[in-house]
Amino acid sequence: MAAFTAALRSGALINGLRASFRTLPPVKYGAVAAAVPPTNLPRGCRWSSASALSVKERIDHKRKTALCGGGQHRIDAQHKKGKLTARERVELLLDPESFVESDMFVEHRCSDFGMEQDGNKFPGDSVVTGRGRINGRLVYVFSQDFTVFGGSLSGAHAQKICKIMDQAMMVGAPVIGLNDSGGARIQEGVESLAGYADIFLRNVMASGVVPQISLIMGPCAGGAVYSPALTDFTFMVKDTSYLFITGPDVVKSVTNEDVTQEELGGAKTHTTVSGVAHHAFEDDVEALLNVREFFNFLPLSNQDAAPIRECHDRSDRLVHSLDTIVPFETTKAYDMLDIVHATVDESDFFEIMPNYAKNIVVGFARMNGRTVGIVGNQPKVASGCLDINSSVKGARFVRFCDAFNIPIITFVDVPGFLPGTAQEYGGIIRHGAKLLYAFAEATVPKITVITRKAYGGAYDVMSSKHLRGDVNYAWPTAEVAVMGAKGAVQIIFRGKENQAEAEAEYVEKFANPFPAALRGFVDDIIEPSTTRRRICRDLEVLASKKQLNPWKKHANIPL
Amino acid sequence: LLKIEAALNTFHHKLCCCCFSSPRLFLPHQVMKTCHKMGIQTVAVHSDVDASAVHVKMANEAVCVGPAPTSKSYLNMDAIMDAVRATGAQAVHPGYGFLSENKEFAKRLAAEGVAFIGPDTYALQAMGDKIESKLIAKAATVNTIPGYDGVVKTVEEAVKISQDIGYPVMIKASAGGGGKGMRIAWNDEETREGFRFSSQEAASSFGDDRLLIEKFIDNPRHIEIQVLADKHGNALWLNERECSIQRRNQKVVEEAPSTFLDAATRRAMGEQAVQLAKAVQYSSAGTVEFLVDSNKNFYFLEMNTRLQVEHPITECITGLDLVEQMIRVAKGYKLQHKQEDIPINGWAIESRVYAEDPYKSFGLPSIGRLSRYQEPLNLSNVRVDSGIQEGSDISIYYDPMISKLVTYGATRAEALASMEDALDNYVIRGVTHNISLLREIITHPRFISGDISTNFLPEVYPDGFKGHQLEADSRRELLAAAAALHITAQLRSQRRAPSVATRCPCVKVEVDGQWNLASPLLPLAINGTHRMLQCLSRDASGKIVLQYLGTSFKVRVLSKLAAQLNSYMPEKVPEDTSSLLRSPMPGAVVTVSVKPGDSVAEGQEICVIEAMKMQNSLTAARQAKVKSVHCKPGETVGEGDLLVELE
Repeated sequence: MAAFTAALRSGALINGLRASFRTLPPVKYGAVAAAVPPTNLPRGCRWSSASALSVKERIDHKRKTALCGGGQHRIDAQHKKGKLTARERVELLLDPESFVESDMFVEHRCSDFGMEQDGNKFPGDSVVTGRGRINGRLVYVFSQDFTVFGGSLSGAHAQKICKIMDQAMMVGAPVIGLNDSGGARIQEGVESLAGYADIFLRNVMASGVVPQISLIMGPCAGGAVYSPALTDFTFMVKDTSYLFITGPDVVKSVTNEDVTQEELGGAKTHTTVSGVAHHAFEDDVEALLNVREFFNFLPLSNQDAAPIRECHDRSDRLVHSLDTIVPFETTKAYDMLDIVHATVDESDFFEIMPNYAKNIVVGFARMNGRTVGIVGNQPKVASGCLDINSSVKGARFVRFCDAFNIPIITFVDVPGFLPGTAQEYGGIIRHGAKLLYAFAEATVPKITVITRKAYGGAYDVMSSKHLRGDVNYAWPTAEVAVMGAKGAVQIIFRGKENQAEAEAEYVEKFANPFPAALRGFVDDIIEPSTTRRRICRDLEVLASKKQLNPWKKHANIPL
Repeated sequence: LLKIEAALNTFHHKLCCCCFSSPRLFLPHQVMKTCHKMGIQTVAVHSDVDASAVHVKMANEAVCVGPAPTSKSYLNMDAIMDAVRATGAQAVHPGYGFLSENKEFAKRLAAEGVAFIGPDTYALQAMGDKIESKLIAKAATVNTIPGYDGVVKTVEEAVKISQDIGYPVMIKASAGGGGKGMRIAWNDEETREGFRFSSQEAASSFGDDRLLIEKFIDNPRHIEIQVLADKHGNALWLNERECSIQRRNQKVVEEAPSTFLDAATRRAMGEQAVQLAKAVQYSSAGTVEFLVDSNKNFYFLEMNTRLQVEHPITECITGLDLVEQMIRVAKGYKLQHKQEDIPINGWAIESRVYAEDPYKSFGLPSIGRLSRYQEPLNLSNVRVDSGIQEGSDISIYYDPMISKLVTYGATRAEALASMEDALDNYVIRGVTHNISLLREIITHPRFISGDISTNFLPEVYPDGFKGHQLEADSRRELLAAAAALHITAQLRSQRRAPSVATRCPCVKVEVDGQWNLASPLLPLAINGTHRMLQCLSRDASGKIVLQYLGTSFKVRVLSKLAAQLNSYMPEKVPEDTSSLLRSPMPGAVVTVSVKPGDSVAEGQEICVIEAMKMQNSLTAARQAKVKSVHCKPGETVGEGDLLVELE
């Protein structure tokens, strides 16, 4: 929220409002006031005064109108942009005929700027809300309707979202938000801002209680971006979705930067540069179908255990390819994803942030049908070292898993934290501490496999025994040490002549799993091919793990 | 046979066998099997990247002879001699390729009193040199191809000789084999180009840039005779192998016997082969290659003084273990068999499974890690010779061969049916492979009728290989299978029992199978026909890649609603690639012929990439100006890497 208030104070958001207002129509970013079309309906047409119509007919008419959103020509325009309508999205996301809509009759309450006219009232306003099922499991959904006032957020719109979020919290079911909104409804002024805040508050209250997923399927700008930012996962649709605090026009006027919408806040930017979004999909259909699949991994709330799906992959399958995956040369890279794919059920791995901070791999998979969270250092990128971005990426993922009872499996091949002024000035100390904090406070089952290097502080961080790792394995190729041989020898034998010999001695002593194993810091040294079998068996046992952290109001993670 | 094994045991229980070979290592694998069967201890030599290869694990001892580049390991004689000395090996089996036909190596071994399992140095020298071998063959009254016998030194000399012989001509490395350093020229210009490439390749592969030129016989068959000779002047011919299915002069599918030869031609070829073997006092197993024209005239091509890649099919139809015979001969035993004892029992087919993309000129090398690898050994009458396993890396350093897949049957039809099954059941993930091409070849009507030549591939696929072409029925089968698979996965998420019957537009297709979503193989009964499909990938948005009839097909399965909504989704436009020259395969850049600002004509050479010892010239797709160059000679590039950008 800090950034949001800062933006307000600096006037950036206000500028955004003005900028948008000037250029209306069409709908722009930041905040939006839909153009108010002049209504040419005769007064006598008002339903309230047309007593000839029965209530039932009026109900039918309202429902019919609600289903049409902002009207056929706006629906066509939406399709033309390669986007689906709010209702089509809900229909595709949920099991057939499972959607139960709420607040279809809610209308906005604004009476300024001609908004009170009948032609400017749309039953349901600019959002579709309700509940439904994904593969039979309960979920609450809101889907912003761009065809109604550009999906802009009115007080009524916010109230509808808040209502389903409250219900979701009460019954313990996830919330999926399908965002496609130009921003605040400017005609409503502060009412709209209040609406945002109401949603933010609920996002925060629901955080760690029920999983919250945001799917950005159109513009999402200004203060609106903070709702997705507060949710657990933000997914985007390539080429049609944008997330930014202020649009390119305002950026140009304030910082004099020339930047396109896509460069500023498109899917590519947020999945590769900023780390705001967790995944991007090709188009609406693909995104919605993938969210259905993603939903299968999640428990419905923090009261549920990690879900278990029927598994066709034998839990005692030996994975022979793992015996040769770690190269003999310790400096040679290999792909940690190969290990992950070979180990988990059916090679089915849903990677989170696959293109951001690629030196750490995080994502969901299943072991013997049970959802697990996978964290792994990626030797292929920057030697798999921990830096600011990878620490933050890993920490957030670990905390999600811990909040929702998802066991964490960590594959370790880490040469340490990345050195350098860029990292130190950037605050690697406090950011690195986040990952350490996350692993340390996690009470879900934690299984760690050291595949090769586990050097220095990074060894401690990566779900080590010392941070309450439940089962810690080392492969025969593991090296647990303070640092690599070369650096260590330069310190221990400073000034000594025969450095090569000293190095060989060091390698003999430390470049193997024994020092850690004989102290009990790893529970066993295992053949890589047995890794899957071991983990599956351990998870069975750890299913009944109970561990409590001391009572606290809340912990104070180094943000 | 048992008695001889016992005899060998008593004599040789301390004999070590030092094998090395093509790093895909099929042969060492087999040599070791035979040695262990005969009670012989084995030593494997390997380069450092092959340290975990199968043959290294099988051997009693293993010695690393150097880093990956072959000139520093498998061609490094000093290192290998050291290994022989260090382990006390008494004999060396050289495998195929590399030093197997190197007379220098055989000499050095002889000087140390170590047996070379193969012919003696005289035969090696005589047959290893294409020019000399032709002269000897002529003298031994073996039919030879008209051509120029001698070393060609300059481009202009090459052009003149070619003109004298008459086009088309074949230019090849004197020391080479296996298609390396070999070019066909139809005119003076191509002769010049061919001369340049062949001598470069010859120099890089064999360290010997001498070339010879001969008449190129259009549309020939490539049929070879396996011979076996001992040190007592006895020699046998073990029938023929038909190796006409080739691409870039490298064999793809081989069979024994040939559909083309009659008994008289077979005998005539066999007898000439034996004559030649005797003429050079050949001992050990060897192969005499012939080109056979449509009138069954045959011409001597060359003699390979080693075991050929395709030798298993001869073993299948004759029942002999050629490795065992070679070891016996090396020890000085007389042959056990007489010519009339050599049978033709049934039919054997061999498919060379390559890590190659068959869609690019019938096979350009691909690299990767075999994330999943399962040989169809559960089928009967199938033999797979490979030296790799799940997790193995296919690197740019050596031949991209994955395995030799051999099937056997009482009749050719039986052997072909087994091959079809075997290819369908072969699971290879992580590298691009040529199973689709192999399956199309062996099911093609021309191949089935035996109407083949070395031009089979370019004739049948004039526009390049494009995979299996679906017809209405097979298309429906494929779609039904994909839909059934998708539904099974969806139903599992809803935890309901899978039921399977899918409906394609208008036509009902029954799909039945044991659905295991973890298995790469999908044994299905589609409308009652048993089909082995493979699922290569599937995702939540219904994108499924299935291998069906050998070829992988991309299928999208959508619910009615999703399909309807999908019509609103925009087409994503792929990047315009006509101005970008990308590397078609992983390899090393040999030369770059352009620099930024140059104008290039359509078809002009831009750079040369060498991969797996093959030089590939990359040319401009259109006339343009060079905008930027992103590679330099000596650099290693990956598949799809940007090399040169045109304006």
